[in-house]
Amino acid sequence: MAEAIEKSVGAGPGGSDPDTDNYLTHGKGVLSWLFTLDHKRIGVMYLVAILGSFFLGGVFALALRTELWTPGQTIMTADTYNKMFTLHGAVMIFLFIIPGIPATLGNFVLPLMLGAKDVALPRLNLASFWLWLTGATVAVASIIIGAVDTGWTFYTPYSTTTTTAVTAMTLGAFILGFSSIFTGLNFIVTIHKMRPEGMTWFRMPLFLWGIYSTAIIQVLATPVLGITLLLLVAERTLGVGIFDPSLGGDPVLYQHFFWFYSHPAVYIMILPAMAIMSELISTFSGKHIFGYRFIAWSSIAIALLSFLVWGHHMFTSGQSSLTNMIFSALTFSVAIPSAVKVFNWLATMYKGSIRLAAPMLYALSFLFLFAIGGLTGLFLGSLSTDIHLHDTYFVVAHFHYVMFGGTVIAFLGGIHYWWPKMFGRMYSERWAQVSALLVFVGFNLTFFTQFVMGSHGMPRRYYNYLEKFTVYHQASTVGSYILAVGFLIMAGYLLHSLVAGEKAPANPWGAATLEWETTSPPPYYNFAHEMRAGDPYDLDAMRWDPATGGYVRKDPSSVLASSGEAG
Amino acid sequence: MAGHATTPQEGLRVDHHFENADQQYQSAKLGMWVFLATEILFFGGLFVAYAVYRSNHPEVFIFGHHFLDKNLGALNTIILICSSLTAAWAVRAAQLKQIGLLKLMLVLTMLCAFGFMGVKAVEYNAKWKHGLLWAGSYDPHLDHDEPITESTTDEELQVPGAEVEAEVASQAQRVGDADLVESEVVSESTVVDAPTDRSNIASAAEGPTGLAGAGEHGPDEHAIDIEPANAQTFFSIYFLMTGLHGIHVLGGIGAFLWLLWCAQRGDFATGHFTRVDMVALYWHVVDLIWIYLFLLLYLIE
Repeated sequence: MAEAIEKSVGAGPGGSDPDTDNYLTHGKGVLSWLFTLDHKRIGVMYLVAILGSFFLGGVFALALRTELWTPGQTIMTADTYNKMFTLHGAVMIFLFIIPGIPATLGNFVLPLMLGAKDVALPRLNLASFWLWLTGATVAVASIIIGAVDTGWTFYTPYSTTTTTAVTAMTLGAFILGFSSIFTGLNFIVTIHKMRPEGMTWFRMPLFLWGIYSTAIIQVLATPVLGITLLLLVAERTLGVGIFDPSLGGDPVLYQHFFWFYSHPAVYIMILPAMAIMSELISTFSGKHIFGYRFIAWSSIAIALLSFLVWGHHMFTSGQSSLTNMIFSALTFSVAIPSAVKVFNWLATMYKGSIRLAAPMLYALSFLFLFAIGGLTGLFLGSLSTDIHLHDTYFVVAHFHYVMFGGTVIAFLGGIHYWWPKMFGRMYSERWAQVSALLVFVGFNLTFFTQFVMGSHGMPRRYYNYLEKFTVYHQASTVGSYILAVGFLIMAGYLLHSLVAGEKAPANPWGAATLEWETTSPPPYYNFAHEMRAGDPYDLDAMRWDPATGGYVRKDPSSVLASSGEAG
Repeated sequence: MAGHATTPQEGLRVDHHFENADQQYQSAKLGMWVFLATEILFFGGLFVAYAVYRSNHPEVFIFGHHFLDKNLGALNTIILICSSLTAAWAVRAAQLKQIGLLKLMLVLTMLCAFGFMGVKAVEYNAKWKHGLLWAGSYDPHLDHDEPITESTTDEELQVPGAEVEAEVASQAQRVGDADLVESEVVSESTVVDAPTDRSNIASAAEGPTGLAGAGEHGPDEHAIDIEPANAQTFFSIYFLMTGLHGIHVLGGIGAFLWLLWCAQRGDFATGHFTRVDMVALYWHVVDLIWIYLFLLLYLIE
C-alpha cells in the first residue's frame, strides 16, 4: 500500500515529466507489455490486435469485391469465394467489431473517466486479452486446415455436414466469446464500484452509460452463443440430433439460438459507437449535451429491447405469422430509443459552435450513415417488404451501413479523439480530413449501390450474377478501392504522428470529462490526485491556454477529491 | 456494509487500485454474481434445447428416463446438498479465522465432489455397457438377459443407499477413493438385484412415491417396451447436460484444491475470506443446476 502511494506520487505530473515517465515508458521490453495489468497497455495491445484483424478482414473484403468485378470467375473459384465471404464475416464480426470499441477505447478510457487507477479486476482484464489471442489464433488457424464455407452464421444443417473446418472456427468464436464476457463483466463491476466522489449514476459521462449497456448485453447474451457453438461442435463430433431433422431435431432451433446472441450482438457493436458519439458531439459543438437523461436511458432501453427482437431473422423460416407480427412490432420499437439519441445529438449541435476537427467529421458521417442504416432496417423489419428483400444485397447494404457506417465510423472518430491522450502526439489534421472524406465517399459508393441492386433482386452471397447487375457491382468495387486508399492514408498519418507528431497537450479539445485532467500520455497511475467528478459536459468550466496549446480548467481544484493527496 | 462481521478486516493486502478492503471485496462479489449469471445463461441454452425437444417429442423423454437410476440420482443430489453445507461452513470458518475448521470443510466438500463424480462414473459406465449413448454412438443392446437399468424398488436400495449417505456424512476420516468404491458396490448390488422382466422394471422405475401416478395405466406400461423414434436423442441431451455439469464439478474440485493450498500457505489467517466466499458461491450454483438436472432428467413423466 505504502509502496503504491509512493509510486503514484512519483508518477504524477508534479513529480516528473510525462514525456519520460508515462505508462508507455513504465517498464521496458515485450514481457512488460504481455504481462501488464495496466488497463492502458491492455487497451493499446487490443488496439494493435484488433486493427490487425480489421486489416485481415479488409483484405478478404477487397478480394471479394475484386472477384465480383465480372460475372463468373474473375480471380477465384466459387469454393474459394464461399470461404472468402465466410472468413470476411467471421473475422470482422468475432475478431474485430465485437471486441472493437469496448476492449480498446473502453479499456483505455473507462478507468480514466472514472478517475480510477485501473479497472476493478485487472487480472481478469489481462486474461480476457489472452483469451482473445487464443480464440483469434484458433479461428485464423481454421484457414490453414481448410477454412469454412458456411457463412459467418454457421447455419445448420449445412454446417453440421460440410467437411470444412467449422469445428475450429466455432471453437475460436467460443473462446472469443469468453474474452468478451470477461471484458463486459469487468466494466460492470468497475462502473458499479469505482466511481469517484461526486459521480452519481446521472453524472457519469454518456460514454460510460453506453459501455455499461454494452457490457450488460455481453454478459447476458454471449453465454448463449457459447452453448450454441458448443452444441454445434457436439453435433459435428458426437452427433447429438438436437439440430438434425433426421433425428427429430430442428435446424431452425439453431437459428433461434444463434440470433438470441447475435442480434443483441449487433447492439454490442452499435451501443459503444453511440457512446463515443455523445462525447464527440458535445465536445465539438462546444455545448452541454442535450437531453442527458434521455440518452442515458435510451442506451439501457436498447440493451433490453435487443433481447426481444431476434425472431426477425427468421421471418421467412416458417415462423407462425403471429410470432412474426410480434417480432416485427418489437423490431420497430428499437427505432424509438435510437431516434431519441439522434435527435438529442442534433439538438446538441443546434446553435453550437461546431468545430470540424477530424473526430467531428466522423461524428457527422455517423449521423448521416446511421440514419440510412437505421431506417432501412425498418424496411426489413416490416413483414411484407422483407419477403422481397430478405437474402438480397439490400440486407448486406443495411447491416454495413449500421456496422461500418455506424460502428466503424464512430470507432475511427473515437480513435482520432483519444489518440492524443493515448500516445501524447497530434496527427496531421489536414491528412485526417482527406482520409475522412475518402472513407465517406468510398463507403457510400460501395454500399449505396448494394441497396439498389438488392432491391432489384441481386441475392447476397452469390458468386455469379446477371449481366444487368454488372454496373452496380463494378461501382461497388471501385468504392471499396477508394475506401482502402482512405484507410492506407489514415494508417500513414497515424503512424507518422507516433514518431514525428506534435506533442499533445493534456486537453486538446476542451472536453470536461476526467480523462483530460491527466497528462498525455497518462502516467502509470493515471492521476496524481484523487479525483472528484462534476458535470462531465460543463464545457464552460474550461478555458483555452495559449501556453500549452490546449485547454485547462478554470478552477483546477474543482475536480480534486476533498480527501486531498493521492491515496 | 463496513464494520459488519462478514466484511474483510484490516491487515490484508489491498490492491493498488482500490481505496479500501471493502471496495475490493464488494467488487469481487459483484463480479462473481455477474459471472454466475453468465453460467445460468450458459446452461439456459441447454435447458431451452431440452424444453423444445421435449415438447416436440415427449415420448422420447418418457421412454428414455426409465433408463436413468433415480436412486443414484437422488444419492448424488444428497451428496451435493451436503457439500453445499460444508462449503458454506468453510466460508464461516474463514470469516472467523478458524483455519483448521476451514481446511476440514474444504476437504469434506472436495470428498463430496469426488463422491458425486464417482456415482456419476458408475452411471456413465452402465450406460456405456448398454450402448445407451448420444445419438452418434447409440447402440443399445436391450435384447439379452442383462438388466437394462440399475433401477430397483426403493426397499432394495434402502440399505446400501443409507450406507453411502452415512459414508458421506462421516467422510472426514476417509479418502475419496473409498467413497468411490463404496458407490460401485452399491451399484453392483443393485444391478444384481434388479429384476430382469421388463414390465417389472417399468413399474419399479415409477417408484412407490406416487411421482408417476399415470404409470398404472395402459400406455405407460408399455412405454419401455416400444422404443419411440429418435430415442437416442434423450441420451444425447442427458450426456450433454450432465457432462457439462460434470465439467463444472471438476472445475469446483480444482478451485477447492487451490483454496486448500492457499489455506495451507496461511492466506486466510488475516480473515481475508473473499476467495473462499467466491468459490462457495460458484459451488452453490453448480449444486443448484444439478437439482434441476435431477428433476428434469430423472424425475419426469
